[in-house]
Amino acid sequence: MNKSAHFDVQHALHSLKHYLPTQSPLKDFIHHNSLHAFQSLKFYEAIFKASKIFGFQATTPLSDYREMYANGRIQDLVLNRVIIEKHGAESLDLWKQKALSQSYDEHVEPRIGQLRALWKSHYHIDMDTAVQPLLFRLLSHYLDQGIAIEPFPNTQLGLLAAIRHLETHSYVSFFKSKRVKKWLANEQLNLLELLNLVVGKEAYFEQYLFDQQFSHRGWSGMVATVETTPSVMLDPKKIALEDLIALELLLEIDVLDSKFGHSWQPITTHVTFAPQDLFADLPYSEVAEVFKIWQDAFEWSYYDSVLAGIQISSQRLAAQKASANTPSFQALFCIDERECSIRRHVEFADKNAETFGTPGFFSAEFFFLPQNGKFYDKLCPAPVTPKYLIKEFNVTTPREHDIFYTAKTHQLMTGFFSAFTFGFWSAIRLVQHLFSPKMAPAISNAFAVLQENGKLTVENQSTDDVENGLQIGFTVDEMAARVLSLLSGIGLTKNFSPLIYLLAHGSSSANNPHHGAHDCGACSGRPGAVNARVVATMANHKKVREKLKNAGIDIPDATQFIGGMHDTAADEMGFYDIENLTPENVKRHFENIQTFERACDLNAKERSRRFESIDTKAPIAKVRQAIKARSVSLFEPRPELGHGTNTLCIVGKRGLTKSMMLDRRAFMNSYDYKTDLEGKFLTNIMKPLGPVCGGINLEYYFSRVDNYKLGAGTKLPHNVVGLFGVANSSDGDLRPGLPWQMVEVHDPIRLLIVVEHFPEVILKAIQTTPEMYEWFINEWVHLAAIHPETHELFYFKEGIFNPYHTLTSQLPSFSDFHELIEAMPAMRTNQLPDATQENLPVYLN
Amino acid sequence: MPSILKTILPLFVIIPFVGFILSLFFNRTQEKAITNIALGTVGIHLLLVIWAVMSWLSTGMQTQTLKYWQLFEHEGFKFILDFYFDAVTAVFATVGGIITLLVVLFSKFYMHREEGFKRYFNSLLLFYTGFSFAVFAGNFETLFIGWEIFGFTSFLLIGFYRDRYLPVKNAFKVLSVYRLGDVALILAMWMAHHVFHTNITFTELSQVSWVEQFHINVNAGELLLIISMILVAAAVKSAQFPFSSWLPRAMEGPTTSSAIFYGALSAHLGVFLLLRTAPLWEVVPSFNEAIIALGIVTALMSTMTARVQSTIKTQIAYSAIAQMGLMLIEIGLGLHTLVLVHFAGHAFLRAYQLLVSPSTLGYMIHNQFFEYAPKLHATRSSTSKWQNTLYVLSVKEWSLDAFQFNYLWKPFKLLGKQTLWLERIPSQIILVIMIVLGVLMELEYLQSPLSIKQYLPELYAALSLFCILAALSSRGNPMRAWWKIVMSQLLIVLGVSLNVHVESAHVWIYLTTTISAAVLGMFCLHNTFHIDKDISLNQYHGYVQERPDLAIIFLICCMALVGFPFTPTFIAIDLMFTQIHEQQYTLVTLTGLGFIFLELAALRIYARVYLGQHKKQSHPIAYRSS
Repeated sequence: MNKSAHFDVQHALHSLKHYLPTQSPLKDFIHHNSLHAFQSLKFYEAIFKASKIFGFQATTPLSDYREMYANGRIQDLVLNRVIIEKHGAESLDLWKQKALSQSYDEHVEPRIGQLRALWKSHYHIDMDTAVQPLLFRLLSHYLDQGIAIEPFPNTQLGLLAAIRHLETHSYVSFFKSKRVKKWLANEQLNLLELLNLVVGKEAYFEQYLFDQQFSHRGWSGMVATVETTPSVMLDPKKIALEDLIALELLLEIDVLDSKFGHSWQPITTHVTFAPQDLFADLPYSEVAEVFKIWQDAFEWSYYDSVLAGIQISSQRLAAQKASANTPSFQALFCIDERECSIRRHVEFADKNAETFGTPGFFSAEFFFLPQNGKFYDKLCPAPVTPKYLIKEFNVTTPREHDIFYTAKTHQLMTGFFSAFTFGFWSAIRLVQHLFSPKMAPAISNAFAVLQENGKLTVENQSTDDVENGLQIGFTVDEMAARVLSLLSGIGLTKNFSPLIYLLAHGSSSANNPHHGAHDCGACSGRPGAVNARVVATMANHKKVREKLKNAGIDIPDATQFIGGMHDTAADEMGFYDIENLTPENVKRHFENIQTFERACDLNAKERSRRFESIDTKAPIAKVRQAIKARSVSLFEPRPELGHGTNTLCIVGKRGLTKSMMLDRRAFMNSYDYKTDLEGKFLTNIMKPLGPVCGGINLEYYFSRVDNYKLGAGTKLPHNVVGLFGVANSSDGDLRPGLPWQMVEVHDPIRLLIVVEHFPEVILKAIQTTPEMYEWFINEWVHLAAIHPETHELFYFKEGIFNPYHTLTSQLPSFSDFHELIEAMPAMRTNQLPDATQENLPVYLN
Repeated sequence: MPSILKTILPLFVIIPFVGFILSLFFNRTQEKAITNIALGTVGIHLLLVIWAVMSWLSTGMQTQTLKYWQLFEHEGFKFILDFYFDAVTAVFATVGGIITLLVVLFSKFYMHREEGFKRYFNSLLLFYTGFSFAVFAGNFETLFIGWEIFGFTSFLLIGFYRDRYLPVKNAFKVLSVYRLGDVALILAMWMAHHVFHTNITFTELSQVSWVEQFHINVNAGELLLIISMILVAAAVKSAQFPFSSWLPRAMEGPTTSSAIFYGALSAHLGVFLLLRTAPLWEVVPSFNEAIIALGIVTALMSTMTARVQSTIKTQIAYSAIAQMGLMLIEIGLGLHTLVLVHFAGHAFLRAYQLLVSPSTLGYMIHNQFFEYAPKLHATRSSTSKWQNTLYVLSVKEWSLDAFQFNYLWKPFKLLGKQTLWLERIPSQIILVIMIVLGVLMELEYLQSPLSIKQYLPELYAALSLFCILAALSSRGNPMRAWWKIVMSQLLIVLGVSLNVHVESAHVWIYLTTTISAAVLGMFCLHNTFHIDKDISLNQYHGYVQERPDLAIIFLICCMALVGFPFTPTFIAIDLMFTQIHEQQYTLVTLTGLGFIFLELAALRIYARVYLGQHKKQSHPIAYRSS
């Protein structure tokens, strides 16, 4: 914060925008670190500081850690080691006693809000209650994307100007105070003038604005996001945080004027404390040290067994002779941790199949225009801005509609007739929904992103073929470059099977405003089917094959690529362009479909253990049917559990994890260090791991530890606002973050990235850019290395890789998957110690 | 077999009530047991309703009625549970049963593992009991029982997320509007009782000769009071002008409870009341016109408000209010069958729309993706000033919320703040002396001078009201506020018993209940106070987080003290009103006002001390604005 007495509006706005939540409208759900603003600090320093400033919980409560220690999830050995590392062996007993039994005051008194609290204590005004309902309503009407039948007029002018226009062309006003009306009418309205009146002393301006804007961080964050990137909304709105602040100050003056006339004094007249530096460093706190011990012990109780498993696998792998047989088929899945289990089941259903993990946009970045679409969908990781456009054409199936969502039912006369028609029909529909849920137009269907019978403009016809600055399709060279990058990145450069599947993922769910959060993160929160289909077409292209051959990748002519998608909620798979397969490959494909079906069955069974309404022991077809029904059930707030439980990211050969049962917790990026001794590909692989996997992991972490303040709370009372967000009820603030139903099974621990390579190569790769390095050096994610030759483990801390010795001597094993899954107990409550008991330890096969 | 139907009528309130009681015996993790009880209760109830409708249809649609149980009798005033079955009952019970069953089934999955799972189903079953009481009621008293249970369960379900600020605030806001309706209904009952010196049953209402007799007996003033109070009660429940703004604010609970309450059943209860009482007022043309006018005003204003709403639930709320406005017009025109069909279709429609409201985001954005056409802003600037004016008014919801606050509550709040003198020791001593004197006079140990005797009831009632208002506007110690509420009850009962002779046994029953509730409530507050030595009423403390046991006991004490149905105080309050003579307008006004604010004052203490954000930030708590 600006410590000098001089107040600079632009500086204050910039600072506010930095700390406000940056969640976009819900249609595009991009996971990100909820505390991105503090990323330049070390993890622990950042979370405790942010907690002190904004008043949320930064970790699991002490009582939960202690309970997890008592029930064995936090291991004694690990706790001891953590304490010794932090405080020395001589202090073990002392700190252990503090951790286990000392009682601490965990109360957090936030710095924010203290100045504005004077409204209540000295003016007896509940300013938030007086101002917020109208303020939120105005913002919501202004930004609305299509709920209101009568839109806010003149939104092209900007918030304040549009309200000014409305006020000056109306017989009534939003305000009571005459001078407020006069100020509003003045186009040269100056923020400083308003601040002088309301706040008084300039030194307190910035503190006041922080207090004010963070009293409704949801709305302020949305306004700041739309200001920075207007394209996040389909119906663009001109709005600025500065306008919001001016409007709010005017509303505050209006409240004060109507209570006191003009005779009130600015708020700082009564202030007894000096202007506060909200961002000042924290003093030492013993309870924070205890939290650190517990969090580390919690994390390492899991990591240690993972690393032990990887080390054993690595040693075993080296002892085995590599098989020279061509696999029956190869399947590329997204690195997403939900695909962790489906890959295991595909490999189980067909022992000769080989699977790979790669970011789900399959190295092809482009915008997509569905037939008749009015907008472009970005299909690649969020930070990338593509130069290409893929268009869909020749679609023959018409888009389906659901007339129940027509605004006509909200009009007077059409509403009257609706009651007599739709009314009784809706009773019948409700019965249908309850007793036989099935896919409908109003349910988000992952497979609806593109039509099976449509065609795509994959190949560029002429480089002049440009639309809005985007090249339509890719040239042969551009296609070859992408396929090359995809295949070399995962180390699939020889031994090609006749069929290679590119399996994207998406998620279908009903009655779920957060459905975007379940789709593919590598495709900007959308289902990835288009990418899979486009890249399969590229890889099947004759000229592309020639180019690849020149680059050293010789794919046999008989080998064909198939694009497809896995619906992670329904556990269904779909495939595209089957008609282009050779007759032999068609036959193989139909055999493989059996494998995929079997894998989906098993995957459904594995997932069912988390769902109390499904009997895991029922016949597998029934379980599968129940899982599918969930994805289309209006009454089901947990169609799937999303990224819940994610904790690991493994960059290396599948062999490292193939014999391990990692539940559904690991992002897996296939990578063969032998094909990349310099670490060139590794840099590209590591670059998105922080923002994408780390972002997902930290959003889950913060939404889990304080679901009220950093998460969206329970979904059940959510009210859809303007088609861009959710709020509780009619007068509430917008709720960014993840809803409780998505995070309840999540262990709030950081991501551990394990890379199979020489530590020095990894170190070089992560130091390529400061943005990437920040994730590791500041400990927002953990990084470990498994030495590919000596099989030693290393852990990255303070800029260097140190050898790591596991405490786990033996890992449990299981023989029968069904037995293991069926034996898992159901969670008793969704409090952390109970909820996470369901999270499986690492098993070794 | 009309006789069978007649004899089983009580089952329609007994079944849900038994279900409610059973559901109390399980804990939160026994989800299956709780949902099975709810499904079983509502399912059996619905089957029985369907059977009843069939049997009623097959026997020529004869109205059935049964005087079931006399709770109480006093000098011509009988409190009888009376049940009734006619076309209106048939439609409301069937639609209510179907919607409740579907919503319970929906909630079984939707509410899974939600904090308060049990509370939700308890409240739902209690609500269904209240609904059945109202729908099957054969007289005003029975209807009133349902009415009261309804209001209370609304409070519980709106404030379902009791650890957040807004639900608690809005629950209280809705409760206070509801209270107005409750008292309007009581006053209508009081007046009607005096006109006829007996309890009016709906059977009598449906007889032409009775109604003719009624209109001969009643004078214009009395008639105006009765029917205008009925209209106020109906307008409050169905969110008609000028009470509309509570309905969108009631959408605080889980979507399923909003669907059943504010989309479907609760909101239509005003329409039900008008249908039920139609024989009483439909012969008065000007009153029909008034209802039509109210319907038109509401329909137009709410439609305009609905058109500018940008959140899905408030849009549904306002368009539902507009349709209920249309129903009022239909009632005013005498189109009762149309109203019944309109109600049924509308209740299903809004319940469905609310249940699927989260789908709106995905579906409409997807549609917009393919159908978006940029709006032509230029056309708007040339529109008339009137159009903008209506837009601004609609965004401000016609200032109805501010209107209610400024004209209905603020005067009493200000009056309450003028009662600081009550805090002083001498005033307290005087009050105690007054009570002692009153008791002595009541027990006839003491003879009051005749000259002041006739003013004594009003004096006591006024003091009682002051005590309540003081408690209501108190920002300090809740134990003192609680004490004032208790005093107010002692004062009012003395006031009434000085008014007419009341059997001392009744007074004793009433006093025992009040005093036990008072002492137990004080015990809860005292124990809560000792946690942190601060439970002042100027903020919410959220102690339910730490002491759920004290919270529930205190809530029960509040209910007992303020006359929740089936507590002895409930009878006493009813009795109190019937004992006030028809000319004692001052006394009835004071008592009525006291009755409105009594429940508010008590539940305000409950809300401030036990609900809202927990004040200790040692665990996650919500931001105030969320």
